[in-house]
Amino acid sequence: MALMASSRHEVGAKSFPLLIYIVVPLLALGLQSLLSLHLSRFDLIDLPLLVTLYYAITQREPVSATLVGMVIGIAQDGLTHHALGIFGISKAVIGYMAASLGVRVDTENHGARLLLTFGFTLAQTAILWLLQRHMLGQPFAWHGFHEVIRAVANAFVGVILFALLDLTRRTEY
Amino acid sequence: MESFFSRYRNALVLIAVLLAQVIGLAVQVRRPDPTAPDKGGVRVIRSWVVGVVTPPEMLLHATGRGIRGVWTNYIDLIHTRRQNKELKAEVDQLRLEEESLAEDARQGQRLQALLGFKEKYVYQTVAAQVIGTSGTEQSHVLLIDKGSQDGIKSDMPVITPDGIVGKTRDVFRHTSQVLEVSDVTSGAGVILEKTRIRGVLRGDTWGQPEIVNVSPDERIQRGETVLTSGGDAIYPRGLAVGFVDRVVTQPEGTLVNVLVKPSANLSRLEEVLVITNTGEQMPAEMQQDLSDTQQKASDVLAEKLPSRADPNAPADEQPDSEKDSADASVTPPVKPPQPLHPDHFTPSDTPPAADLVPGQRTDNTQSGANSSSAPPKPPTGTPGDFPQSNPPASPATKPPVAAAKPKPKPAAPPAQSTPQGGA
Repeated sequence: MALMASSRHEVGAKSFPLLIYIVVPLLALGLQSLLSLHLSRFDLIDLPLLVTLYYAITQREPVSATLVGMVIGIAQDGLTHHALGIFGISKAVIGYMAASLGVRVDTENHGARLLLTFGFTLAQTAILWLLQRHMLGQPFAWHGFHEVIRAVANAFVGVILFALLDLTRRTEY
Repeated sequence: MESFFSRYRNALVLIAVLLAQVIGLAVQVRRPDPTAPDKGGVRVIRSWVVGVVTPPEMLLHATGRGIRGVWTNYIDLIHTRRQNKELKAEVDQLRLEEESLAEDARQGQRLQALLGFKEKYVYQTVAAQVIGTSGTEQSHVLLIDKGSQDGIKSDMPVITPDGIVGKTRDVFRHTSQVLEVSDVTSGAGVILEKTRIRGVLRGDTWGQPEIVNVSPDERIQRGETVLTSGGDAIYPRGLAVGFVDRVVTQPEGTLVNVLVKPSANLSRLEEVLVITNTGEQMPAEMQQDLSDTQQKASDVLAEKLPSRADPNAPADEQPDSEKDSADASVTPPVKPPQPLHPDHFTPSDTPPAADLVPGQRTDNTQSGANSSSAPPKPPTGTPGDFPQSNPPASPATKPPVAAAKPKPKPAAPPAQSTPQGGA
């Protein structure tokens, strides 16, 4: 049970300066768009998903995590040619689930973060598959091995990114 | 009631958020043409997102381009001179090839005019920098730094010198979205160059373009060129698309998909051209280029062929340069040099064959007065009877058989024969 939260300190909510709430998602969207242009396989990484996850597991507040996920997801939809709401729905669900789980799991542990990111990356792909393939009737293939590779890549990048974002937060008791 | 909302507040918020977005999705996909550019609120939201994200991207892109420009234009110039020489030689070679192609193009135009075929020519393009992508594998969309202010509209073809890239989709004031041909929702009419098989090109789920629902044909070979067919009313006909990579049979087994390797490197695009205007007449600039091509090719040909001009010859004997440039293929007639001393081989001094007498010997070695006044010697018929002043001719100066051979006439006494050159 090393991953379970065992003290009030571990479940204490973390807050961020307001500027960080605005700048970091925008930076994630911009870097995602820019780096995918210059690094051919960077589109495996989903920086907006990682930012959504980080806010959810550190805030541990499902309502705000849902809303943050929705806003970041719709903004990500804006850069694509898809209908607005596909990433919005998936990231809202991911935010809600991550925040609900963050109350029960020690999210300061790097191993827990790795597993959480791995699992939620796969969960997001599953939601997208449901939405696009079965709800909108658009072509969306599930390439199993490819999705696992993507989840692993996101998990490792997520651990590094979460450590960097930890530097910007302040703890509230 | 209050306790219900407070107890299930999180779940209710999630349900409300999801419900609102599902309704929004339903409204968006219910449009007559879901692939058409967005309108209304969706367009506003997309415009806000693009407007927030693209300025930093433009700034970063411009900075990177500036640094690259300083490096390539002022520092990294080691092989420039050698490359310049090689490129000049290549340009000369291409001009020669272009001349023959230009003739084919003119012939094709004439035939198309005869058949009433409507060809589309590219009149005007706008160069644009690629500043970003959608950032996801599910959406093959590029962002370019030109928008409605630069004359861009929706559904305009986007190309590179190597091949087609896609078409514009949502156009904003300063930026535009380009839907790549590798996206699953894209579509382009294409034709295979050799087998002339037509089809529709779109991306597969891996992001590779493929021609879908093609009848199996053994003639389709790997490496065959794929061109735009012009049937989609977006891409002009004849633009390069890519090469056949492989043929994949569909699960049903009746039709095949032809996977295409795109000519343009879609994963490393920096600059693209947006075709903003096309027409059915060949543009004036292109016509001028065709005529210029002929002249330049003639110049190149004249330089490469051995010179017909003798640098040591007098000026009046040099070929007319203006005339040569106008028609290099016509060879001027060759005039024989003037003789220093007339002899009986000179064409103008040889008497006509009708005036020759069988057995009479002509002697033009002396001056014309002497030869006309001297009495003709009777033929001896002895071989080797040559005048002293006219020794036996060497093989090089041997008289031609037709000139020396007299015309067959009835035999006549020597006294009645007309003296040659007599008054």
